[in-house]
Amino acid sequence: MSTLVKDTHHDHDHKPTGLKRWFFSTNHKDIGTLYLIFALTMFFVGGAMAMIIRAELFQPGLQFVDPQFYNSMVTIHALVMIFGAVMPAGVGLANWMIPLMIGAPDMALPRMNNMSFWILPFAFALLLSTIFMQGGGPAGGWTMYPPLVLQTGDAFPFLIFAVHFLGISSIMGAINIIATVFNMRAPGMSLMQMPLFVWTWVITSFLLIASLPVLAGAVTMLLTDKYFGTSFFSAAGGGDPVLFQHIFWFFGHPEVYILALPAFGIVSSIIPTFSRKPLFGYASMVYATASIAILSFFVWAHHMFTVGLPIKGELFFMYATMLIAVPTGVKVFNWMATMWRGSMTFETPMLFAIAFVILFTIGGFSGLMLGITPVDFQYHDTYFVVAHFHYVLLTGAVFALMGAVYYWLPKWTGHMYDERLGKIHFWLSTIAANVLFFPQHFLGLAGMPRRIPDYNIQFADFNMISSIGGFAYGLTQLLFIYIVIKCALGGKKAKAVSWEGARGLEWTVPSPAPFHTFETPPKIRKEMLENG
Amino acid sequence: MDNKGTKKTAFTLFLVTILMFGFGYAMVPLYDVFCKITGLNGKTIRVVESEVKEEYKSDRIVKIRFDSNINGDLPWKLKSNVKTMKVQPGKFYEATYVVENLYNGDVTGQAIPSVSPQIASLYFKKAECFCFINQLLKPGEVKEMVVRFEVDKDLPEEVTALTLSYTFFRAKKVAVN
Repeated sequence: MSTLVKDTHHDHDHKPTGLKRWFFSTNHKDIGTLYLIFALTMFFVGGAMAMIIRAELFQPGLQFVDPQFYNSMVTIHALVMIFGAVMPAGVGLANWMIPLMIGAPDMALPRMNNMSFWILPFAFALLLSTIFMQGGGPAGGWTMYPPLVLQTGDAFPFLIFAVHFLGISSIMGAINIIATVFNMRAPGMSLMQMPLFVWTWVITSFLLIASLPVLAGAVTMLLTDKYFGTSFFSAAGGGDPVLFQHIFWFFGHPEVYILALPAFGIVSSIIPTFSRKPLFGYASMVYATASIAILSFFVWAHHMFTVGLPIKGELFFMYATMLIAVPTGVKVFNWMATMWRGSMTFETPMLFAIAFVILFTIGGFSGLMLGITPVDFQYHDTYFVVAHFHYVLLTGAVFALMGAVYYWLPKWTGHMYDERLGKIHFWLSTIAANVLFFPQHFLGLAGMPRRIPDYNIQFADFNMISSIGGFAYGLTQLLFIYIVIKCALGGKKAKAVSWEGARGLEWTVPSPAPFHTFETPPKIRKEMLENG
Repeated sequence: MDNKGTKKTAFTLFLVTILMFGFGYAMVPLYDVFCKITGLNGKTIRVVESEVKEEYKSDRIVKIRFDSNINGDLPWKLKSNVKTMKVQPGKFYEATYVVENLYNGDVTGQAIPSVSPQIASLYFKKAECFCFINQLLKPGEVKEMVVRFEVDKDLPEEVTALTLSYTFFRAKKVAVN
């Protein structure tokens, strides 16, 4: 690593102003902010769709929307939440925090960084415009299974190209993160001294680079099947629709860890801070994350136990799936051991982190149930699956992301957020999310299928409870916006070390973090590091 | 900042991206090979019937069920002349299907076979089949079609019955819509 030491420490931030600052930005903090604001916007767009879904399911029978529109809401809600909310929020945090955490002045490829963000609004303009088209938006589910998805009307090419753009954006982001971490760490910071958040993002980036191109290939095959006479997935031409499911889930399973691993990293930063103890079992955390990532490429067919796999295949994918519980268990126990006998305090980020550990584990357990082949035949495509992945993605990934926002908001804005409101937001969210999703386990076990706007009268009570939880959760998130804006505009001044137990390089710069940081690489002392 | 290192990392990762895009496509032939070995998608085997008949004495009887389907796109009717047939493994048999074009125009169709249970598809051999080629039917035409097949004598003991199913699709070159 060369050390170009320039004398630039008088702090006049050369900040471009106005539109130029945001459109042409190559500053990792500004791009991080753009990503986070975009993710929050999409969280509300996808959330509004969820409200439509829950309103329709409030009572049996068809109330508000026609089934085609309902199904397009289900499809676009998933795509928006995965590719528009959770992934960009994660990349936004990575942009903001990774250079600060490893003592780098910026990301390694700042121009590419700008591009990978600005692709996103265009991709979502393509996707969301389909709602207003003749024939409506894509309604065949976010998994885009043929032959059903090939029946999509004018929306079809928009869906495919939106997925292409989202993939390109994420891959560029991933290349940038790996290039940054491998080449721009402050001298003296070894890989095994990096905060776990940086580690989880490096591993997530590898997952992105290995899996998203496969999805791009799969949707390209759909496109040529529909318009150019190929028959990859058409039985009439010698293809096989089941092949699509194999290719899709080869991407799809790593994708769920792309959503979850950064959350693991966030929680591994928050819990030590508020337990005032270093993270327990740091090295085992790194290895566990890497094993989860590697295993994720060998379990894809557990999403398709019912397509008619040979018995040996079903057994292989069942055992491989069970195996993932081992490294995940290592992580959960490490978080618990970190809290053990710590001097714990319960500020909002810590509350979200603890809720993450508990509720993500519940989602993990229902995942194990689904991974058992013989019982999956009953659970497959029921609300049990819906309950499972919302526990791991909403009370899992989204809770961790919200915790991260509360945790680093003082560093970003220079102000402390309103702790009382933050706690109210946390408790309302937690209660509402459980009222929303817990009954869906029972609905699924009783046989209620997913992706259908109407249901048997016997499911009415649990659906009503679930919908009430849904509306409560949706309303509560307006409070989150209020808290964030209030904090950005003012509040108690935040110190450089905003939390008593916080360690790591990001706390060595003032709050708010100046526009340019670490232009001269910091001198690393062990006690400054999160995991020294 | 190490500019050369950054460029190298970025370039390597870009190559990996391209490679993985290719891997997605490589899964297509890989899947075909995998299916051929395991009989996964129930596709049957095409053979040339030999002139010399070897004697094969066994009283083993396997029941064949004939099933017929039409894909929603195709304005045809398909029906097998026999519902079931009892056959001896190692011998060739013939079954006939009748197809009718209900549309007032020429339509080309393609039949896709599938054998269930999957394991049996590895032992189901056809010397002649209407599914080997596209079938062109004139308006209102009714056509009788033949499949000539043999159940291999190595068919696993536990298989006592199997289903031969055909689905007629509109032949490709027409957008699936």
